[in-house]
Amino acid sequence: MTASTPPPIGAPNDEVSATAAHAATGGLVKSVVALDRVVIRLAGDSGDGMQLTGNRFTSETASFGNDLSTLPNFPAEIRAPTGTLPGVSSFQLHFADHDIMTPGDAPDVLVAMNPAALKSNLSDLPGGGLLIVDSDEFTPRNLAKVGYATSPLEDGSLEGWQTVPVPLTSMTLDALADSGLGKKEAERSKNMFTLGLLSWMYHRPTEGTVRFLERQFRRKPEIAAANIAAFRAGYNYGETTEAFAVSYEIKPAPMDAGTYRNISGNQALSLGIVAAGLRSGLPIFLGAYPITPASDILHELSKHKVFGVRTFQAEDEIAGIGAALGASFGGALGVTTTSGPGVALKAETIGLAVMTELPLLIIDVQRGGPSTGLPTKTEQSDLLQAMFGRNGEAPLPVIAPRSPGDCFDAAIEAARIALTYRTPVMLLSDGYLANGAEPWAVPDVDSLPDLTGAVGFATGPNAASTDGTPEFHPYQRDPETLARAWAVPGTAGLQHRIGGLEKADGNGNISYDPANHDFMVRTRQAKIDGIAASIGPTDVEDPDGDASVAVIGWGSTYGPIGAACRRIRASGRSVAQIHLRHINPFPADLGEVLARYDRVICPEMNLGQLALLLRAKFLVDVQSHTQVSGMPFRSAELAAVIQDAIDSTSTDAVPAGTAANGAMQ
Amino acid sequence: MTTLDTHVHDLGMPGNPISAAVAASVAESGEKKTDLKAKDLKTDQEVRWCPGCGDYVILNAVQSFLPSLGIAREDMVIVSGIGCSSRFPYYMNTYGMHSIHGRAPAIATGLAASRPDLSVWVVTGDGDSLSIGGNHLIHALRRNVNMTILLFNNRIYGLTKGQYSPTSEVGKVTKSTPMGSIDAPFNPISLALGADATFVGRAMDSDRKGLTDVLRQAAEHKGTSLVEIYQNCNIFNDGAFELLKDPNTGTQWSIPLEHGKPLVFGPDGAACVVRDDFGGLRIAETNQVAAEDIVIHDATRENPAYAFALSRLSSQDLRYTPMGVFRSVQKPTYDGMMTEQLDVARVQGTADLQGLLGGGETWTVDA
Repeated sequence: MTASTPPPIGAPNDEVSATAAHAATGGLVKSVVALDRVVIRLAGDSGDGMQLTGNRFTSETASFGNDLSTLPNFPAEIRAPTGTLPGVSSFQLHFADHDIMTPGDAPDVLVAMNPAALKSNLSDLPGGGLLIVDSDEFTPRNLAKVGYATSPLEDGSLEGWQTVPVPLTSMTLDALADSGLGKKEAERSKNMFTLGLLSWMYHRPTEGTVRFLERQFRRKPEIAAANIAAFRAGYNYGETTEAFAVSYEIKPAPMDAGTYRNISGNQALSLGIVAAGLRSGLPIFLGAYPITPASDILHELSKHKVFGVRTFQAEDEIAGIGAALGASFGGALGVTTTSGPGVALKAETIGLAVMTELPLLIIDVQRGGPSTGLPTKTEQSDLLQAMFGRNGEAPLPVIAPRSPGDCFDAAIEAARIALTYRTPVMLLSDGYLANGAEPWAVPDVDSLPDLTGAVGFATGPNAASTDGTPEFHPYQRDPETLARAWAVPGTAGLQHRIGGLEKADGNGNISYDPANHDFMVRTRQAKIDGIAASIGPTDVEDPDGDASVAVIGWGSTYGPIGAACRRIRASGRSVAQIHLRHINPFPADLGEVLARYDRVICPEMNLGQLALLLRAKFLVDVQSHTQVSGMPFRSAELAAVIQDAIDSTSTDAVPAGTAANGAMQ
Repeated sequence: MTTLDTHVHDLGMPGNPISAAVAASVAESGEKKTDLKAKDLKTDQEVRWCPGCGDYVILNAVQSFLPSLGIAREDMVIVSGIGCSSRFPYYMNTYGMHSIHGRAPAIATGLAASRPDLSVWVVTGDGDSLSIGGNHLIHALRRNVNMTILLFNNRIYGLTKGQYSPTSEVGKVTKSTPMGSIDAPFNPISLALGADATFVGRAMDSDRKGLTDVLRQAAEHKGTSLVEIYQNCNIFNDGAFELLKDPNTGTQWSIPLEHGKPLVFGPDGAACVVRDDFGGLRIAETNQVAAEDIVIHDATRENPAYAFALSRLSSQDLRYTPMGVFRSVQKPTYDGMMTEQLDVARVQGTADLQGLLGGGETWTVDA
């Protein structure tokens, strides 16, 4: 991160690190203004292609070298009625010349493609923000659909913003007059016209989008040509119109040397799974049933058959995990991907995986619940389901990625634990990570963890019967990891039977012996607890080293919490940030670490599930801060919560330099 | 001999740990042993079915005939669900998994699809496969994954002590149906044919020869085979199949299915099967119809309608029950096609992980 001027607490946007010098507008001579960061939100009807437009703008921005973070936000309905509020789909992109952590609390620029998009997004645009609207869509009919009695473009209600009405639709049609396309088809290119305009406004490179359109529509060259024409027309419009006198330049962000790409959480997770297969030498078998927001992992992995990846679209969630477990029994790395309701259906098979002690990855891309809940919105409310949602004492490791790119490393770590300890592992991603994107430094394959040592299939007897005959005991354990022996079918002499009934310690025969059951329940728990020995101490981020308040989180809240902590530090206060990769087991020293602080705050997108675990496990009086709106936290709000905690914890915890005696804290 | 592919696929990854483990075990214990005896397939586990249970007979028949398939026991895997029949894997000296209620076909699908070198078997019951696991059964059948499903049908829930099952006849009085069951039962053969199963057969637990014959054909079939085995539960549904087992009535009500032979049955061949007016089949008296009107059994018909019509001849009380192989047709197997797609992908591209990670649009930041 580049050093920057401390922003005021409670500024409308997070991570403000320099004043954006807005040059005076007016005059045909176009000026270029340097900004350090911008948050743009594109909003339109589900049929307007806002997600595609946002993704293209993101790719252009990534290849330009800005740091970025995105927040797609779309309805669960594939196509709600055109022009209505439920049909509004939006895409927010934050990009900057420095290291950023979130897609931004609020947009600086809002592009509204119709009245519905304006109505549902305007309240998020701070006063004075730039508002671009497609004036063609503000027809009496469209206005009536969303309850506007008069057009906001004419009734003065948009005076508080820099409103620029642009006839995007009709200009697109004009640009495509000679394309041979019908009106309806030509109209569809208005998103590319808009993208062209924004690309001019923010000096984005355009070659990538042209190449993308050629590739995307290679079987329909006339559509490709129309979209490219609209894209260029939008760009040229920006250059020549008087409506926009200023364009903006955001310099590339300083990043470590290396090759970068833009990556979403679901993509990164998929690549992590492929990498885990190659680094362990095991074939990957994915058993999955389509479910939002996890389906893209199935789509992505089904493209990678060249790596020996088998994907199986099952008849239901239960068959998805069943097939994955069957493949694991055969020596593959079984994987199943789903979201909350799917985890509920898989619970019994997860229990079987716990009992049979086979490696298995269960990937839960969490969404709003309960029941069908909010399929396209994000939430962290499956933590307790992941921890405890099974019959009996059925412990399993739970880990969580913190950012889209981090999903790659989390997948490999999940595989390491699953293989080393012969256990199902729950990986908790969420909708925000899955669909959000960020620049990702492409790792060198040779630097990835080598998992071959974690496999170790049995090839011969490991025990002897009472008369000394060599035997294979499938529940003979490694003394250090407590992992059981894993022999794959086809291995001569090691035939054995496993299943859901309780096993006798060692030989794995069915056992109803009370003492054996007690021992096995405790052993399975001890095995999972023992994973803590392999994960290292708690990682505490406290640059000042004197914080009395710690903020602890897990999963996708890393960005908003991190940005909030930066605000706090920029105001001269100290705060420690702890972000957990491993939730079960916790790092061995976590209880000790938490005990050092006067106050521990735990922000979560649920009603306090991690807080419950921390309180139960460590008797720490955790202050739970929760939000279940289906949207990520805003860092400004989190910063206010942290500031309150700091200020109420200690009377002398006011910003440095303002203490009465002038002493530094 | 079976047409099993005994080559362990290297899955495009030379030295993959599965192939290595299998090779190491062969090196340690000598060549794969395929000249087995029935006793080689027994385990040291005490068999715990009720004395007199039909499952014993089936277990013995399976252990006796399996060696003739020439498959090494380490290359066989038996997956079961929950119920009395699902204890089967514990008594077989092969690899096995006793899984959860109804899910065995799903688990076996993942195993068979990822390990085409194995001989995968599912042992299940009428409650396990037709009630809680009905969905997995029909989908396994339509996909045609290479595995053999043995469906032990005793028309009752045994392990939960005697409730009616999805194959119990209407009116059956059980603990949960004191006034008689009002559920219409499934005909498992009709159900399997409705799912376009490529191999469907039926046999009786006590008929060692008939059972062995159907099992052999099922095992040799490439694709999903379903064998319904009528199995007597002498505790909760004793005598359920007596009509077919009793020498006095058995020949009258059973229709033996022999490929290429006319469907003539009953004492002195007095009854036969002919086409009815609606494209189905009906029972006739042999001496009342022309010889050329008697249906010649053909299990290899592509269209399952004929086999389905055969399955509809029998009624809930088991009169006119065809026994043998209803259908046996060849279609591409799911695991075979999956392997083929992997092979094609490998011909078309290379497994370059570094290239994959850095795929798409990238940019470089210099030091």
